Amino acid sequence: MEHPILFLNLLFKKLGLPIVSNFEDAHTLAQYLLLPYVTYTWVVMLVLVSLAALAAKSLQMVPSGGQNFFEMLITGIEDFMVSITGEEGKFAFPLIATLGLFILTSNYMGMIPGFFSPTANINTTAACALIVVVCTHAIGIKFHGIKYVKHFMGPIWWLTPLIMPIELIGHAARVLSLSIRLFGNIFGEELVLAILFFLAGLYLAPLPIMFLGLFTGFVQAFIFCLLSMMYFAGAIEHAH
Amino acid sequence: MTKKVGLLTTVILLGLAAVALAAEAGPSGAEKVAGLNFFIYSAVAAGFGIAIAAFGTGLGQGMAVKSSVEGVARNPEASGKITVTMMIGLAMIESLCIYALVICLILIYANPVSKLIQTFIGLAK
Repeated sequence: MEHPILFLNLLFKKLGLPIVSNFEDAHTLAQYLLLPYVTYTWVVMLVLVSLAALAAKSLQMVPSGGQNFFEMLITGIEDFMVSITGEEGKFAFPLIATLGLFILTSNYMGMIPGFFSPTANINTTAACALIVVVCTHAIGIKFHGIKYVKHFMGPIWWLTPLIMPIELIGHAARVLSLSIRLFGNIFGEELVLAILFFLAGLYLAPLPIMFLGLFTGFVQAFIFCLLSMMYFAGAIEHAH
Repeated sequence: MTKKVGLLTTVILLGLAAVALAAEAGPSGAEKVAGLNFFIYSAVAAGFGIAIAAFGTGLGQGMAVKSSVEGVARNPEASGKITVTMMIGLAMIESLCIYALVICLILIYANPVSKLIQTFIGLAK
C-alpha cells in the first residue's frame, strides 16, 4: 500500500516514463526500476551525498556549521561502536555509519507529504539485512579463518550435529528479524498515518502519530546499527 | 467470434482454478458469499492476533522498563548502560509484536480474497 500521491511519480508521469506504483503491476525492466521505493532510494542517496559534500567542501581545523554537526554525529557513532565491538571492529565503522544514516534518512523521508520511505518496503530492508549478515560471516572468516566453523559447533564436539542446524537456522533468522522489524515498524506507521488521514485528515489527526514516527524512526535506525554491531562483535570474538 | 469466446472462457476458468476467486470473471453469488465469509474470518483473526500480541508485548515491555527504572533508581551512575541494554531488549520484545502485525497485514491486505472484497466495496478497480 503506497501513498496515492507521490511527487516523483507525478513528475515522471509528466515526463512520459512508464510508471506503476505496485510491484504486481510492473512487467518491464524500466517499470521495475521506476518503482517508488527505488526512485526514493535514489532521492535518499542524493540527499546524503549532497549533505556530505556541503559539509566536507571546506574542511577547517576549527570546524563551524555543517562540518561541526557532522563531526559530532560521526564521532558519536564511532565512539559508540568502539564501546561495543572494541578497537578491532573499528574497520567496519563506515558500513555501520552509512547504513545508519541511510535508514534514518529513509525513515524520516516518509514524514514529508508526497514522499515515500524506501524502508517501508521489504526489499530495501532485506537488502540491508543481507549485507549485514554476509559481512558478519566475512568478518568471522577474516578473523578466524577456517576456525570460524567453531562458532557453529557448540561447546562439546559430540553435540555438533544438534547444535549446527540450530546455529545455522539462528543465523538465517537474523536476516528475517532484522528486515521484518524495520519494515514492520515503518510500514505500520505509514499505514496508520494513511488511515488516520483518510478518517480525519481535516482535524490534523495524523499529527501525534507523526511525532511518534520521528521517535520510532530514530529508534529503529539505532537498533539496526546496534544489532549489526553486536553481530560483528560476536563474529570477532573467539568461539566459546 | 465463438472460438474467441470459448478461448476466453477457458482462460478465465484456468485463472479461476489457479487463484481461487481473484480473477475478474464476475464470480457467482455463492462464491461472493464464501469470499466475504473468508474475509470476515481473516479480519477477526487479524484483530484477535494483534490484540493478543500487543497484550503479551505490553506485559513484557512493562516488566523490562520496571526493572530498568528500579536499576537506575538504585544506581543512577549506571543509567547510560542500563538505557542502552533496555533499548535492545525493548526492540527485541517489540519485534515479536511487529511480526504479528505483519501477519495481520498479510491477512487483511494480501490474501487472495481481499482484492475481490476491495473491488466489491469499491476501493480498488
